[in-house]
Amino acid sequence: MTAAPAAGAHASLRDVTRIYPPRAGRPALHALGPVSLDLARGEFFAVVGPSGCGKSTLLDVMAGLVAPSAGTVTFEGKPVYAQVPDGIGVVFQEDASFPWLTVYDNIAFGLRQEGRTANEVRASTEFAIDFMGLKEFASAYPAQLSGGMRQRVCIARTLVLKPRLILLDEPFGALDQQTRLLMGDELLRLWRETGATILLITHAIDEAAMLADRVGIMSARPGTFMDVVSTDWPRERDSTIVSDPAFGLLTSRIWTLLRAESLRSMGHK
Amino acid sequence: MRYAGRIRTAVIIVAFGLLELLCRTGVISGFTMIPPSTIAGSLIEILLSGRFSADIMVTLRNVSVAILAAMLIGPLLAIILHQVPGLRRILDPLFATYYAIPVYAFYPLLMVIFGLGDLPQIAVGFLLAIVAVLINTLNGLDRVPPVLLKVARMHRLGPVATAVKVRLPFAAPYIFTGFKLCVAYSFVGVIGAEFITSSRGIGYEISYAYNNFDNRVMYPLIFLILTIATVINMSLYAWERKLLARRSSVS
Repeated sequence: MTAAPAAGAHASLRDVTRIYPPRAGRPALHALGPVSLDLARGEFFAVVGPSGCGKSTLLDVMAGLVAPSAGTVTFEGKPVYAQVPDGIGVVFQEDASFPWLTVYDNIAFGLRQEGRTANEVRASTEFAIDFMGLKEFASAYPAQLSGGMRQRVCIARTLVLKPRLILLDEPFGALDQQTRLLMGDELLRLWRETGATILLITHAIDEAAMLADRVGIMSARPGTFMDVVSTDWPRERDSTIVSDPAFGLLTSRIWTLLRAESLRSMGHK
Repeated sequence: MRYAGRIRTAVIIVAFGLLELLCRTGVISGFTMIPPSTIAGSLIEILLSGRFSADIMVTLRNVSVAILAAMLIGPLLAIILHQVPGLRRILDPLFATYYAIPVYAFYPLLMVIFGLGDLPQIAVGFLLAIVAVLINTLNGLDRVPPVLLKVARMHRLGPVATAVKVRLPFAAPYIFTGFKLCVAYSFVGVIGAEFITSSRGIGYEISYAYNNFDNRVMYPLIFLILTIATVINMSLYAWERKLLARRSSVS
């Protein structure tokens, strides 16, 4: 029997495991868990871990994109199972913009899908375009934009639906370091202004340490939480905290926890 | 006009000029070929007189029906086959060898099934065209990035909405390749079938003129088919370029 989620938790995982069944001659793969996690409403939580430790699986399970093999997932007190509930938005690592739609139509996609009125669609889309600094590119197609701009389009497409829980799967993984830092600032601004709960999956320790209130450190596969570190950053923060001495101590602490697991995932004993 | 376009135009003009010269000087006999200028003049005369208007309309209508049917049913079947991999695995060998099967060999059977009217010709055009649409659509559907399907699920799209709003738009350039082939195969199928057994249509009139050594009818009608097919394909090509331009980087 699994324990109940913590009272007041916005989203919870309880003893969640995910085992991919045998396929095409390959044996079953125990990708995740058991893991338990409670996210407080409005919290920014980051997950770091070695490659292939099940970080993305954790996000897929929490989003309802994949059903857990065991355990329970809840969002706002309701179970999540193999279906993305209303109020959850996901931003993926890969370019997930629709290449056949303009920036405007990409962002308006979800609103139209929900059957909003034309006025609502226009107002919300224009707000999101403005918020993400895409005004000049509203009529451009994704292929005409840089990787960073395309990722902004994807974030805006998720943001426009006003999700209460935003799940980000290495959203800046394909971007250069400077763009990542600036996108991190924008993400913090988005988080503060929307009040949404954020779960960020990342392989970058500095990104997790800079952005999150708490950082969950996962073991090598099957991923479980080895530790959860509180950053104690003020809510009003930006990428300048990387020059704070506490930032160095924090990343150093996370790396110390992660190093052995990363070596293990690379085949070192 | 770009350099390649200028070269292309020059090659066509030179080829026609040479043909004109060879025909006019008798190097090519009048029984074999008539000069391009005479072909053009005869074609204008044929079109203005309305002598073959009914045949032209029948052929264009039958080709259009074959094209539209293949364009509508092809993607629909592709979606179904894509969703039912077991059925696709069964049919894959048929698709792989489809164009090795001479569809015209089934013409007697099609006549038995559809009678002596226009349907057997439409059926041949459709049968030749649909698999091109089907194979290309399947190819496009296979290439839809999994992340776009995750986005569809995030927006709670059902299977039909996912097919219409995500899978098919992504596969559009591949489907378009199928459509271009579909137009060509429909012309080949319908006009070829008119050659075999028909009492009307451009194919029938070309065949009739050929049997009566009537080059002043045969060549203009061939030229007419060539012009129509080229105009349609060039229009599709221009549309395709516009479509692809949206998806290619400007940098």
